[in-house]
Amino acid sequence: MDLSAINPVLLIASLMVAATPILLAAIGELVVEKSGVLNLGVEGMMIIGAVSGFAIAVETSSPWLGFIASAAAGAVFSLLFVLLTQVAQANQVASGLALTLSGLGLSALLGQNYVGIRPPQMGKLDIPLLSDLPVVGPILFGHDPILYIGIALTAGVWAMLKFTRAGLVLRAVGENHDAAHALGYKVIRIRILAIMFGGACAGLGGAYISLIRVPQWTEGMTAGVGWIALALVVFASWKPWRALLGAYLFGGVTVVQLNLQAAGVAIPVEYLAMSPYVITIVVLVILSADKSSAPAALGRNFHASR
Amino acid sequence: MKLTTLLTSAAMALGLATAAVAADKTKVGFVYVGPVGDGGWTYEHDQGRKAVVAEFGDAVETVYVENVAEGPDAERVMTQMALEGADLIFTTSFGYMDPTINVAKKFPNVKFEHATGYKRADNVSTYSARFYEGRAVQGTIAGNMTESNIVGYIGSYPIPEVIRGINSAYIHAKKVNPDVQFKIVWAFTWFDPAKEADAAKVLIEQGADVILQHTDSTAPQAAAQAAGNVITFGQASDMSEYGPSPRVSSIIDNWAPYYVARTQAVMDGTWASTDTWDGIGAGMVGIGEISDAVPADVKEAALALKASLADGSYHAFTGPLNKQDGSVWLADGETSDDGTLAGMNFFVEGIEGDIPQ
Repeated sequence: MDLSAINPVLLIASLMVAATPILLAAIGELVVEKSGVLNLGVEGMMIIGAVSGFAIAVETSSPWLGFIASAAAGAVFSLLFVLLTQVAQANQVASGLALTLSGLGLSALLGQNYVGIRPPQMGKLDIPLLSDLPVVGPILFGHDPILYIGIALTAGVWAMLKFTRAGLVLRAVGENHDAAHALGYKVIRIRILAIMFGGACAGLGGAYISLIRVPQWTEGMTAGVGWIALALVVFASWKPWRALLGAYLFGGVTVVQLNLQAAGVAIPVEYLAMSPYVITIVVLVILSADKSSAPAALGRNFHASR
Repeated sequence: MKLTTLLTSAAMALGLATAAVAADKTKVGFVYVGPVGDGGWTYEHDQGRKAVVAEFGDAVETVYVENVAEGPDAERVMTQMALEGADLIFTTSFGYMDPTINVAKKFPNVKFEHATGYKRADNVSTYSARFYEGRAVQGTIAGNMTESNIVGYIGSYPIPEVIRGINSAYIHAKKVNPDVQFKIVWAFTWFDPAKEADAAKVLIEQGADVILQHTDSTAPQAAAQAAGNVITFGQASDMSEYGPSPRVSSIIDNWAPYYVARTQAVMDGTWASTDTWDGIGAGMVGIGEISDAVPADVKEAALALKASLADGSYHAFTGPLNKQDGSVWLADGETSDDGTLAGMNFFVEGIEGDIPQ
């Protein structure tokens, strides 16, 4: 066993990278669920974002355009879910699953010509002085810009839900859509916007995997991250900062367990491999012991005539 | 992944239903563990399938299902293929071993071919390639090229196939560089680009400047490239898009001749259950071009080793070799028998860490 081989600074820096796709997708889904909609299509929207972001980045040689395209593609793809659940009043669980399945298939089709290609690299934030600081530099100031956007989004969503009128309206729609409707709020319109926001965030998260974390395109490369993000929203009791904590915890334990393996720590590998899931669940379950619960109208369709 | 499988198999059922009319054709099914676009293991199996189509044209019909999870799902996919009239089914991952045997019992007239396993029946053959010969060549290059003397190894599952590769690479790296040390990370997946990339990054952060992988995607290559000054080897497929560096060479699986021969045997009615295990000599294992990033003398040594493995004058597991616990495995000059290799469940002396049980 040689724990000295593990560099804690690099470890923290790489756990932040591992956590970002989960965080982005979870924040998007959190807003969707706060509006009372359960969209199980996160995985599908992520992989659509991953492939379209990758394709655009390769074609234009600009990772920024790739990320913008991935958010747009995620949002557009979520319109399929909007059409099914908000217009046609279909079951949300089934529609979300359909979104995931069709997203996986469609992305494989779209990505056929992009297998084995290298995407343009996104530069890391490099602030003179700050990035060169020991310890703090690599952890806080040495990442790609999207990672900071993820944290900023978390803060933004938190502030929006807690302090603004728009946040209050969104929560009202999610808690009791009939009451919100009676007050004159456009329930369907608000939900559509929330779903599209969720789609854009999931798309960004997917592109983060294909453009920065891996970076390359392969079929099915999100490999279940969307499902983890979905579970994280529930375990985080629909609170943005807890979602951030959960994502970092999950990403962190994932990276730590690989580090421990490589350092030759004598813990059976099977326990290490399952540890990210177990630790994340345990911590968030303990945290969710307070009274917070799911939005009351979660998963229920709304129609003005009822 | 299960959902993807459901979707693909549903799509396949649809495809089969429309094509079930052509009864006189020989129908060959393939079950894949990853997507055909993985750029590695499954990609090469699909190249083999395409070779069968190219060889026999209209006389054969091939079907394949991708992303089939190892376990009960695999049994369902195989059963469906057999029910739809397949004459020969290739199951191309170690974890399909028991499902293949189970389904074969129910369909005595359908021939099955299981890759990398060791259970056979009257209508089940096994076939594999001696990848460890390729690992010996990689180990030689790795031992010569490493400057930190740390070689990172991304293992998939702790099965004999993978353990053989680790042992073979280690033995030959050690031979040219007595100070070499292997750091092994088990990913417990054949295909998960994000996880493979993480594993590669961790190994690089801990000082490895050579990465060997026994997983199927090209993600570790990309991670090594981003890190710079790290070399890698293509796994299962050439992965030449990452050459000349980080990818300095590769092991290429060449299934095409075997798939064509076995399909021919079914057509001729001469198919019999066998166990095929071919290496560099027979062409089932290819060594991808060694790039210019490798010094000329190292390249020469690697090619000499390849030649001696190919003509059989040298066996990759030649004594004196001890097991990890120090007990004698092979005496001086003794070579390992295939039975021991097929069931290999121990590291050789010098490798640190335990094999997960």
